[in-house]
Amino acid sequence: MADIIKVGMADMNCVYPPNILVTLGLGSCVGVCLYDKESKISGMVHIMLPYSHQIKNNGNAAKFADTGISKLLDDMIKMGAKKSKIISKVAGGAQMFNFNDSSDIMRIGARNVQAVKETLKLFNIPLLSEDTGGNYGRTIEFSSETGMLLVKTIGYGTKCI
Amino acid sequence: MAINVNDLNSNQIDVLKEIGNIGAGNAITALSKMVSKRINMDVPKVNIVEFKDVADLAGGPETLVAGIYFNVNGDISGSIMFLIDTKSSRTLINWLMGKNETRMELDEIELSALKEVGNILAGSYLSSISTLTGLKLTVSVPSLAIDMAGAIMSVPVILYGQVGDHVLLIETDFIEGMNHVKGNFFLIPDDKSFEILLKCLGVM
Repeated sequence: MADIIKVGMADMNCVYPPNILVTLGLGSCVGVCLYDKESKISGMVHIMLPYSHQIKNNGNAAKFADTGISKLLDDMIKMGAKKSKIISKVAGGAQMFNFNDSSDIMRIGARNVQAVKETLKLFNIPLLSEDTGGNYGRTIEFSSETGMLLVKTIGYGTKCI
Repeated sequence: MAINVNDLNSNQIDVLKEIGNIGAGNAITALSKMVSKRINMDVPKVNIVEFKDVADLAGGPETLVAGIYFNVNGDISGSIMFLIDTKSSRTLINWLMGKNETRMELDEIELSALKEVGNILAGSYLSSISTLTGLKLTVSVPSLAIDMAGAIMSVPVILYGQVGDHVLLIETDFIEGMNHVKGNFFLIPDDKSFEILLKCLGVM
């Protein structure tokens, strides 16, 4: 029986197969899933902001794209994953509210997605699939057994990426 | 240097509650007049929560809600979020527009009516705080999203993410008993703002 492990906002978790990682109600934040294709060790981080160096109070690694992905990678390697086998899938980064004077903070979703992609590139982790952008929330479930990421929405359907 | 939300004493928290009480009290009076119904509100709660627990406040991260969001600017800044579940938003619109509709989807005019309700509520919330504190406040145009509570709440919470690991929300719940209309207000001042708020109310 697979356990379902929840990942909250600015939070991360890693599991062995066949456990499932879940994040509920992802908005402008981005859910990054890392997956070792061989050992099936899986990790998920729910990041809120792009880069830790842009912010003074950056104690929580899981809050940022750069430190979040780096820490998740370390944790997975400690559990026995091999860096060369790790791939990634990404979802979220929506713009929930529309304002005419779109300031930087309102475009945070898109900036988060961009920072995630740049960080993955830096670590040489291939991005297999993504479901990002739009103006709607997502619930995501990553199965370590199959390596599939299930994305559920309200009114925009469900898909497996 | 901004104060840490975790260091607030009980006296200061009481004052923040009172702000929520006065703001939401006025907003609910306005709503109540608009729809000619008796609407009750609970004692406001000051929640200082970790990010990962925020969505639980709004009835669970996957609950379908309508969220009306406002930026607050002026002497203090932050945001106001008005959350109402979809069934309640339908009831509200029926009252306002004299309809007897049961379908859950809202059309263009209904969405715009809901935004206007939010506008009036946010306006009366802030003007009462402004009168109480003497602070000058302006509120942005409303922006509406109907989606999962977690996704909607992520927006004001991200603003907090830049300065700390906890968010301070002043929450007021209201209810109209007969038709089960339920909603919450969240006043989310940014980190520098509640210091200003506390100072001008003489508790800092």
